[in-house]
Order: sequence, then structure tokens, then C-alpha cells
Amino acid sequence: MDMSLFLIQLLNGLQYGVLLFLVAAGLTLVFGIMDFINLAHGSFYMIGAYLCGTITAVTDSFLLGVLLGVPLTALVGYVTERSVIQTLYQRDHLDHVLATFGLILIFDTGVHIIWGAEGMAIPLPAWLETSVPLVGDSQFPTYRIAIIAVGLAVAAGLYFVVNHTKTGMLIRAGASNRRMVEALGVDIRLLFALVFSVGVAIAGASGMMIAPITEARIGMGNDIIIIAFVVIIIGGIGSIKGAFVGALIVGMIDTLGRSYLDQMMKLFMSVDAAETAAPAISAMLVYILMAIVLALRPQGLFPPKTR
Amino acid sequence: MRKSFASLALAATMLASPAVLAESIKIGFVTTLTTPAAVIGNDMKDAFDLAYEHIGGKMGDFDVEVIYEDDGFKPEVGKQKVDKLVKQDDVDVVTGFIWSHVLLASSKPVLDADKILISANAGPSQLAGKRCHENFFSVSWQNDQTPMALGEVLNQTGVKSAYLMAPNYAAGKNMVTGVERTFKGEIKGKDLTRWGADAQLDFSAELAKAKASGAEAMWVFYPGAAGGAFIRQFTQAGLGDSMKLYTVFTVDAISLPRLQQGGLDGVLGSFATQTWSPDLPVETNRKFVSAFLEKHGRYPSFYAAQAYDAMFFIRDAVEKAGAKDAASLRAAMREARSLPTRGAVTWGNNHFPIQNLYVREAVTDSEGRWTTEITDLVYEKHQDPYAAECAM
Repeated sequence: MDMSLFLIQLLNGLQYGVLLFLVAAGLTLVFGIMDFINLAHGSFYMIGAYLCGTITAVTDSFLLGVLLGVPLTALVGYVTERSVIQTLYQRDHLDHVLATFGLILIFDTGVHIIWGAEGMAIPLPAWLETSVPLVGDSQFPTYRIAIIAVGLAVAAGLYFVVNHTKTGMLIRAGASNRRMVEALGVDIRLLFALVFSVGVAIAGASGMMIAPITEARIGMGNDIIIIAFVVIIIGGIGSIKGAFVGALIVGMIDTLGRSYLDQMMKLFMSVDAAETAAPAISAMLVYILMAIVLALRPQGLFPPKTR
Repeated sequence: MRKSFASLALAATMLASPAVLAESIKIGFVTTLTTPAAVIGNDMKDAFDLAYEHIGGKMGDFDVEVIYEDDGFKPEVGKQKVDKLVKQDDVDVVTGFIWSHVLLASSKPVLDADKILISANAGPSQLAGKRCHENFFSVSWQNDQTPMALGEVLNQTGVKSAYLMAPNYAAGKNMVTGVERTFKGEIKGKDLTRWGADAQLDFSAELAKAKASGAEAMWVFYPGAAGGAFIRQFTQAGLGDSMKLYTVFTVDAISLPRLQQGGLDGVLGSFATQTWSPDLPVETNRKFVSAFLEKHGRYPSFYAAQAYDAMFFIRDAVEKAGAKDAASLRAAMREARSLPTRGAVTWGNNHFPIQNLYVREAVTDSEGRWTTEITDLVYEKHQDPYAAECAM
């Protein structure tokens, strides 16, 4: 096997995994702490991308697009939480699903009205449009390395905040036993709004990271939200660590499946059949993994301690 | 009391309406108006509306009534919409169809109801070969033809090896088969990627494989939004230096403005094959392109050109037949000899066009907009390879 190609595919898997983690982190916190199913979480991923694209187009600076885009996305999240989401906490999960599905439709149509159906390309500064040499003569795009770096930095930051600060302690306490935290006199509404907005901001940042690669487009969040749910189910709902490990596992399986599955399948079936079946099966692999995890360890790989 | 008023009013309208309606021909137009692929559907709709203006809303003695339906990029939704058009709206002709898998799922209800079905884009091999039908016509091309021409271009340019990538659906497979039919060099690798409303748009793994394969050229088919994303990543991964890019249905008036917006000038100078280009020197094509540019401020895509053609194809048949029933229309359509945006075209036994295929290059026009220009003729009066399998 070509080792330098394998290394590149590992990096590709890591990059995808890190990106998934950014979406899954907010989802798992909101689900774990507030017991709230937010299908519209992916919409903030899309809104982040569009806001960043618009600011980049106006200011001609992608960096500025991200720096201004993240707080703006957090603001959209905060307003949504105050106006719609907070009235839903007392309701059951079916109401959450219905209401946030409605939000998806509203956000998708809103983007359609404001920015049009054609999507938005985001230009990168020249220094990010290059590739860096790896072993031998192989190269890897600088921008994807930047995504990995930003993703790992956010993961480290979240780890620090959740495990080593007072707010983090409240968040962990909230994930373990919400009622008890309320009973101890913590302003749970403020905590919820904070966690929700931070989760939204991270998801938005993730959308901003991917948009220069795939372009911002309507419905981009709906594709990733499904995989993000798979990630948090594998990792254990409410656990940041679980979301991180789950995202990396899913990212690696997806990327390596797309890279090597067709070659493996050609060993025991016809070339034509392998070429057609391999993309379908590699798309299924993560769901198969989720089914296995659900069967053997329904609470996920790293569930938060005691509920 | 109020209720009886309402029913009176309703009865009055129902009585009044038949008198208002002149005899009309109803055309159902199925395309994608939601999802990111809506950018293609809107382009087709704009062109079909323009064609409606250009024919003055009349076909012979009939008033034209167009009903647009959105297939949502899904075969099952497309079929439901077609069922509705045929059964509820009782349309005379159904046209549109960007996607081969949507057309394949939707063809049966139209053809079973003895209505005319015209593809303005999709050209699946099945409908050109064994499943050809007397009521089905294409005003576009059969999927294999454009990549076949591209394979020929690769041979002529002396390309020895290529890596192929396309989406994993009916047309993607036809396109790959098309290149494989004519390309004489070595195919170093091939990837079919997930397609549909949740299409894969990040090609990192595939591009890494392509690069490692050492192929001289990269051939891709990524229509709509995916095209821009692909070319962008191809450039970012630094593949432009080691591989030459050839495309079909990827570098067009849909993707070029956005590539220009993203500043990806690596695409300029890349070659693609096509049956049409905005600069095709046909008088009626000039009229279409300039009217479209003036009205919408952008170049029409080939999807738009074909939608425009579809309207005139129906109009010409209705005028020739002086009727709108399927039997008269299909007899007139078989005799058609031209399309407004492409000039002289004839139709084969399988009702697919026999037409020229050109190489076109991505260039900058006099006003700085990115567009395509024809550089050479590859095939003259080319017929698709499935015509022989059609029993008509």
C-alpha cells in the first residue's frame, strides 16, 4: 500500500472528523444539558457560512469574515433561543422535533429569500490557497491543515472550559442532573442561553470552515446534522469527549471507506459491481457502526457520569 | 344565509369560467426549484418564460398554459408531480427534466396516458435504447454522446492516461461509459460519488487517490453546484499543476460566475465538449442569448438553451399539425429539422437528436465575464450508440 497516500487519507479523515466535532459539540451539549433535541442546529452551520461569505465579500477578508461571523451567528442563536427555543424546554421531545423542523424550513427559506438559491462561493486569501509538502512528493492543502488546527484548538478550549472552570462545572452538573443544579439556585435560564449560543457559534464556525471548500448552500446543514446525531449517539449524548472521539471515528471511517473500499471489494466481486456498490456501502458504514454501538452499548462509548 | 351566498357565488364563477377560456394547450414543466440544484431549474424556467414571450404565448390557434412543478431533486417526488400533471391538470405535453433518474421514474405515467414527453436535458440510455417510446422525444442529447466526444478530444490531444470521476446515478454511469467508449488511453482510476439532495461535495479522499494514480488528465462530470466545489478543491489540492482538467456539463454558465466570484482562474482554458455554446453562430441563438443576457444580466446555460428549444420544438409541431393530440404531434415532431439555439438538427429512430458536438473553452468575454467559446467541431451529425437497440 502507498504509505504517503494513506497518510494523506488519514489527514483527510482527521479534517472531516474535526469538522464534524464542531457541529456535534453544540448538539451534544444542548441535548445533554437541556434535554432538548435541536434539529435546526445544522441551520446555524449554514447561517454561519452565509454570514461569513457576505462579510468576506464586503470586506474582502476571509479572516474578518470568520471573526465577525462567529459572534453574529451566536447572536442569531441567542435570539432564536430567547424567542422560540426557551418556550419549548418544558415540552416533550416530539414537540422539540416538530418545532425545530419548522425552524429548519424557516431558515432555509429565509436564506433562499435573502441570498438566492445559487449558493455562495467564498474566496480564500492566497496564503491559504496553497499546499504544503508532506513526505516524498505528496502535498496537502494548507487550508485543510488550518481546519484541523482550528478544530483541535476549539476542542482543547472546550475541554479546558468544561473541565477546569466554574461555568464548565455547572455545565457538567447540568448534564448529570439538571434538577439538582436548579435546586442549588443556579440561574438555569442564563446557563441554557449561554450553552445554546456557544453551541451555535461553534456550529457556525464549522460552516465557515467548510464553505470555502464546498461553497455555502441551502440545506448544507441538513446533510451534516444527521451525521452529527450519529456522532453523538456513538460518543454518548451529553459528553464532549464522546463527541470528539465519535467524530474522529466517523470521519476516519467515512474517508477511508471512500478511499479503499472499492479496491477491497474488487478482490471478491466483479469490477463493475464493486464500483457501483462501494460508494453506497461506504456511505452506510457509519450507520452500521451506530447500529452496532446501539446494540452493544446503548449509552454510547463515553456517556456522561451518573444521570 | 351567508353560506348560500357563498355557494351562489361559487356556482356563478363555475358557470362563467368556460366562456372565458379559449382553447389552450397545457404544458407541464418539471424541474428542480428547491435544493441547491434550484439554480439550474431557475435558469431553465427563465429560458422557458423567455421562449413563451418570444412565441407570444400562442402555438397556432392555441393559448399556451405552462404549469411548473418542482421535483426536489428526487425521483419519487418527480413521479408524484408528473402524476399530478397528467391526472389532475390533464396537460398535453410534459417537458423539463434535468436529472436522468427523475426522468426514468417519471416517464411511465406520461407515456401510459398517451401524452407527449420531451426531455429538455436528461438523456438516459434506457430511453434511447430498449425503452424508447413513440411519444418520447429529446431536445437535448443522449448522456453518452458528450463524454464520447470528449474521449475523442483526449485522443486527438495525445492524452495517454486519465482518472475519471462522476456522481453515482444513472447519468453519471452513462457519462463514464461514454468516455470509456472512445478514449484509447489508460484509465488509471475511477470514482463514483454519492449524489442527490445530500450529495457528497467534499472530494478530498478521491482527489488524493487521483493524484497518487499518476494519471495525466482528470475527467469529471459534476453538474450544477457540485461543479464549482469540485474545481475549487481540484485547484486547492494543487492538482492543476500535474493534471490537465477536462469536463462535461461541469464548466458552464451555472458554475463559471461562481468560480469567477471565488477567483479560481485555474478553470480558464479548460476544455469541455457540448452540443451548444452561447457563441454558436446561429441567428436564432444570437437572438436568444442577447435577449437572455439583457433580461437577466447573465449568460444562459445549456440547460436554459435546451428549455428554450423545447418550447419552440412543441410550437413548431403544433403549428405544423394544427392540432394538439399526441398522434398528430408526434408525427410532426418526427419531421422537425431544426432547433432555435442549435440550427439544423434531425431526429433518429429513437427520437434523440442527431447533431454536432463541439469543443468549447472557458474564456473571458469582452466585458470581463467568464463564459465558453467554441474552438472546434468534434463530431458532425452524431447519433447516439443506443439507437440501434431501439425497436422503432
